[in-house]
Amino acid sequence: MKPKHQRLVLAIIAFVALIGAGFIAAAALREEASYFYTPTTLAKAQVAPGQAIRLGGMVQPGSIVRAADGVSISFTVQDRDAAQKVAYRGITPDLFVEGSGVVADGRMRPDGVFIADSLLAKHDENYVPKELADIDMTAAEHTKDTIAK
Amino acid sequence: MMAEAGLAALWLAAAMALLQLVGGLTLLRGGAGQLTPLIKPAAIVQGALCVFSFFALMWLFYVTDLSVLLVANNSHVDKPLVFKLAGTWGNHEGSMLLWVAVLSLSGAAIALLEKRIDIRSLHTTLAVQAFVALGFFAFLLFASNPFERMSPAPITGAGLNPLLQDIGLAFHPPTLYMGYVGLSVAFSFAVGAMLTGQVGPAFARAMRPWVLGAWIFLTLGITAGSYWAYYELGWGGWWFWDPVENASLMPWLAATALLHSVSVLATRNALRAWTVMLALVGFAMSMAGTFLVRSGILTSVHAFAVDPERGAFILALMLLYTGLAFVLFALRIGTVKQGEPFQIVSREGGIVANNIFLSVILAIVLIGTLYPLAAEAMGDKISVGPPYFNKATAPIALLLMLALLLGPILRWRRDDIGRYKYWLVGFFAIILWTGVGAWRLAPGIGVLPVAGLALSLALAVAAWLPLKGRKLLRTPLPVYGMVIAHFGLAVSVFGMASESGFSKETLSALAPGESAKVAGWEVKLDDVNPVVGDNWVAIEGDIVATREGTRATLHPQSRQFFDPVQQTSEAALLTRWDGQLYAVIAQPEGAGDGRWQVRLWWKPFVTFIWYGGMLVALGGLIALFGRMLRRGKKPAKNKWSDA
Repeated sequence: MKPKHQRLVLAIIAFVALIGAGFIAAAALREEASYFYTPTTLAKAQVAPGQAIRLGGMVQPGSIVRAADGVSISFTVQDRDAAQKVAYRGITPDLFVEGSGVVADGRMRPDGVFIADSLLAKHDENYVPKELADIDMTAAEHTKDTIAK
Repeated sequence: MMAEAGLAALWLAAAMALLQLVGGLTLLRGGAGQLTPLIKPAAIVQGALCVFSFFALMWLFYVTDLSVLLVANNSHVDKPLVFKLAGTWGNHEGSMLLWVAVLSLSGAAIALLEKRIDIRSLHTTLAVQAFVALGFFAFLLFASNPFERMSPAPITGAGLNPLLQDIGLAFHPPTLYMGYVGLSVAFSFAVGAMLTGQVGPAFARAMRPWVLGAWIFLTLGITAGSYWAYYELGWGGWWFWDPVENASLMPWLAATALLHSVSVLATRNALRAWTVMLALVGFAMSMAGTFLVRSGILTSVHAFAVDPERGAFILALMLLYTGLAFVLFALRIGTVKQGEPFQIVSREGGIVANNIFLSVILAIVLIGTLYPLAAEAMGDKISVGPPYFNKATAPIALLLMLALLLGPILRWRRDDIGRYKYWLVGFFAIILWTGVGAWRLAPGIGVLPVAGLALSLALAVAAWLPLKGRKLLRTPLPVYGMVIAHFGLAVSVFGMASESGFSKETLSALAPGESAKVAGWEVKLDDVNPVVGDNWVAIEGDIVATREGTRATLHPQSRQFFDPVQQTSEAALLTRWDGQLYAVIAQPEGAGDGRWQVRLWWKPFVTFIWYGGMLVALGGLIALFGRMLRRGKKPAKNKWSDA
């Protein structure tokens, strides 16, 4: 191979490899990227059971129920207009309390319950999960007030 | 007083950088320039001033001078001393000051230590380094001043995020920054070489130790960060594909590729344009990482404060420097001569394969990290997590390991694969034997862990082959370094595959006196007691673990910090040669029935992950040491050595 060709061949190989990387990434993203929903958007969307998604909202006061095994819980995540029942098995994060924000990773079960694989709660003043920071807090406050009444 | 002195030092350092830049520009315009002799001393003074400025900030944290805004916001009078000191970089402004200090120090180190490249290239390199530093000085001085005062001074201070109050904070960020920012040297060398038209083996030999040094720090930083996350976060995982972790992984991937291609350029005078490109990409990834971590666009324990203005500033700097460098690359690369030719089956070919696979992994990680940001800009909220990264990168990483079985023993320029048929059959046998064995041991285990186990065992053998037929005492240290680093990779991948394929987990609610079982361990919760620390209280479990007659105790805690108020769980780890038992305790909110949640993992050979990482870094260190020893001597004679 002439040197001139060699550089060309290397450049082509690198180019093809990067295109390939793009295709691999695109294919994997299509299958594995999980969309973020609030109870309201989740109610409107048609999400297939088993599809990985994230759900964010406020833990409805009074909704946390602990199972007899001591490690399973269920609770309701709500925003202003809708609510979604969530089941979780595991240690709940610090600051996971009723009336505060939570983001759950997981999937819908065919019976309409959201199965959470992990929970993310507000950590401290400086560390708020991005999705929670973006949720319309006036909406959350509004919900709180309504419940208080 | 100290705060003002620190700030003044920063301004002076910026002036030094400007001096270097102007000196370099006059030199490039062909002027003899009275400024040129000042470039080296200016670089050294700039480094010294930055170090002073950094220690000034550290002093303020040491005495907890609460009239300084940064100290008041991030420290607390009651915090243990080591965290007061480490807290210097446990916040946005301080960590950026550390970043800039390392950048300046790298420039000073080039000025002091680099004697191999010609003086013109050295001056150009220093000017480029100063040009980069100047932008980040501007960032510190105008958008992120760490020495800002506040009045009136508060009485106690706001405290530091408890997750950061760990000895890991003392080592992980500085190590990582040395690696991150150390790559700026490779960047400056590459840009300098393009400007002066000196891209060749001499340039590569000069750049190689710097790349190696930065890469060693990156490797150590990532390894340490992984272990820190593993024991501190209490989730039992050692890599989360958090965007911030990716931000450190991407420069590492680029640096690893660069490390290999720069060797080809230094010894065989091939892959010239390629090496320059990788040097640019390496530091571009460091800056991209800094942008991701420090701009506040991500949520993470690493991202300290959300301030869009700062994010825009760093983004502008990153685009400016990488943009200019790539434009320069496009303009000048035509003038870089062709390297020496080689066949596909050759050592060079193996290294090209290494570079391709690493670049593909890098691209996949980059896309996965940026995609959610791009989607959010368009109004979609998407998260991309471990399933994507594992699925897309692991197969490529396994291909990389496959290439690594033979690559290091191939001959330069041209080789014949037929010479290695017995070895190939041997590797195939090891892979098959391990694969079948793993399937039988744990039916239903995923394909990736099996392939990882099989390849890591084959590589653990193959890594030593470059020593075959050599006189061991006369083998150069860099060869030993390579062998150890490749063996370390095998060790690390073995740990990863074993952890992901064979971990066992149980979660149970236990009252004191009750017990649970996990993977051959009988684990009893003996008692739960309150304990008190410097700035926290905790409940602590007394857990007795027994396996085949041996007993050990673990003490996981659930801690409550005061300032700021926050709960964390401190996992307890029991290390055995064949793995770790990992225990976390928590009190369920409002349960109140006297039971505690105890989560247990048995993670076989998980420690190999970090031992492997340390071996990889050790290999790098040995190679670096070997290069330093040979520094004084003339490089081995070949037809390129006079270049």
